[in-house]
Amino acid sequence: MAPQAITLGPVPAATPGPSPSGRLRGAAEAVLIPLGALVVAMLLFGLFILLIGKSPLEVYGFIYKGGFSTSFAWQNTLARAAPLILTALCVALPAQAGLIIIGGEGALVLGGLASAVAGYQIGLSGASPAVVQVFMALAAMVAGGAWIAIGGALRHFRGVNETISSLLLTYIALALFNHFVEGPLRDPASLNKPSTMPIGEANMVGMLPDLDVHWGLVYGVVFCVIAFVLVRYSTPGFALRIVGGNVRAARLVGLPVGVLLIGSCVLGGAAAGLAGMAEVAAVHGAANASLIAGYGYAGILVAFIARHNPLAIIPVAILLGGINASGGMLQRRLDLPDATVLVLQGIAFMTILASETLYGRFRLFQSGPQK
Amino acid sequence: MDSGLGWWGVPIAVLGGALRVSTPFLFVSLGECLTEKSGRINLGLEGVLVMGAMSGYAISYTTGNPWLGVLAAGFAGLLLGVLHALVCNLPRVNDIAVGIGLMLFGTGVAFFLGKPYVQPKAPTLPAIPLGGWSDSPQIQAALQINVLFVLGLALALLLHWAFRNTRWGMVVRMAGDSADAAKAMGYSVSGIRLAATAGGSFLAGIGGAFLSLYYPGSWNEGLSSGQGLMAVALVIFARWRPLACFWAALLFGGAAALGPALQSVGITSGYYLFNATPYVLTLAIMVVTCSPKRTLSGAPGELSVTR
Repeated sequence: MAPQAITLGPVPAATPGPSPSGRLRGAAEAVLIPLGALVVAMLLFGLFILLIGKSPLEVYGFIYKGGFSTSFAWQNTLARAAPLILTALCVALPAQAGLIIIGGEGALVLGGLASAVAGYQIGLSGASPAVVQVFMALAAMVAGGAWIAIGGALRHFRGVNETISSLLLTYIALALFNHFVEGPLRDPASLNKPSTMPIGEANMVGMLPDLDVHWGLVYGVVFCVIAFVLVRYSTPGFALRIVGGNVRAARLVGLPVGVLLIGSCVLGGAAAGLAGMAEVAAVHGAANASLIAGYGYAGILVAFIARHNPLAIIPVAILLGGINASGGMLQRRLDLPDATVLVLQGIAFMTILASETLYGRFRLFQSGPQK
Repeated sequence: MDSGLGWWGVPIAVLGGALRVSTPFLFVSLGECLTEKSGRINLGLEGVLVMGAMSGYAISYTTGNPWLGVLAAGFAGLLLGVLHALVCNLPRVNDIAVGIGLMLFGTGVAFFLGKPYVQPKAPTLPAIPLGGWSDSPQIQAALQINVLFVLGLALALLLHWAFRNTRWGMVVRMAGDSADAAKAMGYSVSGIRLAATAGGSFLAGIGGAFLSLYYPGSWNEGLSSGQGLMAVALVIFARWRPLACFWAALLFGGAAALGPALQSVGITSGYYLFNATPYVLTLAIMVVTCSPKRTLSGAPGELSVTR
């Protein structure tokens, strides 16, 4: 029996001929099915809220209020969306090659740690803030990229399942992070909350003009656009998608499968590492336990809802950032546990995955006669 | 060291830890072994484990009977397993992705429903003291065996026997090795996998109850540290053999006990690194046992994780 290939990459838009209407129908399918799945998730979550004796309408009202109503809420939402965009890329880019990497959390904390060390050391030499920030970003991307590359390399050279190895690597990364932050790299002045040496106020990345949102959001959006162009319109991106579609075919054509697999992991890891740098350079000023905030795990969900399309990641991350931002309000106003948001995310994840079965099933979205 | 055992305290604590810490590994890996034998991987057992720990603790607290808690944990796991199987039975849904979803869903629901039970103290499971012959309190502590551990050993033997000698075991293995053969014999492959996933998750739920009702013996959000996930790797290491799962679980239990054991003799500097031993060990074992060139011996033919 021939093994079935796991297709994870973007479904080729409307396979029978690239007619304009076919393309439109394909796009409509790619947007409407996930939206429908999210609506079903909202209904199921509403049912769950009803069962525990609260009003779903009130809960959704507060999610809107806490995430999307005022400019303050939007700032909070966008600040939370910034790391999600980058950690989602850590899932979406390897997914183009058919890998399911879920180790973004590890790349984020190690990237944050590397950038904090680089920022402090280069800051000592008296370099200008711009230089310090560039080196911080580079250190973070190298650390994150190298970390995720381990998962891709183990897959390619040893056949180790990359999903399991990337999650194990995350646990190891967290142990390394805690070891260094509470041990060799600890700032003796950080008493209550162990941190690395501060990078200094002058070297912090500032806020976007007219917005109270830090530059991390821009990093994410730029990274997404680059990733989209790379995957959709460049030759390596095309080769990557061939690997994702059918590894054997890719080998037969003579594509450098290993380079492509590991390269996609390096890029994805670099994105997650950059998320750690943005958290250090724009929010915390040093690496400490605040970096371990679950952004890596939420990023997995973002990537799956966006169906690994780098551009679709941006709106999905903003939606999820808003839901996360409203968690505090749900806690205070409705006396719901902080895990409420996790339940909603879990339900959304399951409905999104179940909706995979619907693609190609609706006549409305197909061009040409059906078999 | 107050007991005078000195450095000998380390291997004894590791042995005791292996006996104590291995039980959740054992249950989750046996459950995963059962599920994978049917040709499907459930990566969400981490979520099942946490859900089992929460439900077991909550029921033990409300009823006062820890064994009812164990049963409840199993059924909570079973429900999640059914959910996993139903979603995976849909055509073109990837079982690894659904496992990740179940991991997040299970932990989310467990944290949500378990909030009221973080503070109260529930009755926990009793232990069988096998170290009564020794005067040393450390050896006595090391040889405290829980009933669930014995049950897990019996279960490993039972599964080992059942996979070879019962019609039921052969049907599960057939679905795992060749779905076409099972179909040709008139069996429903999705039905078999539903049963195997539900049964496997029942066992994983019990493994969670061990965490909250015996060791560490309380419920909080940091209770599980990836045991559910490591058990998936452990099954690959054990080559899908229930008895090998037992020995592998002991090995992993010992690795997990290394950090606390070294801490007890005063080595605290590399605390976090020692606690990462089980993850490094898991990864090392997977690197050594996997190969890109051949299918693993003993792997069910339909399994997506090994190809």
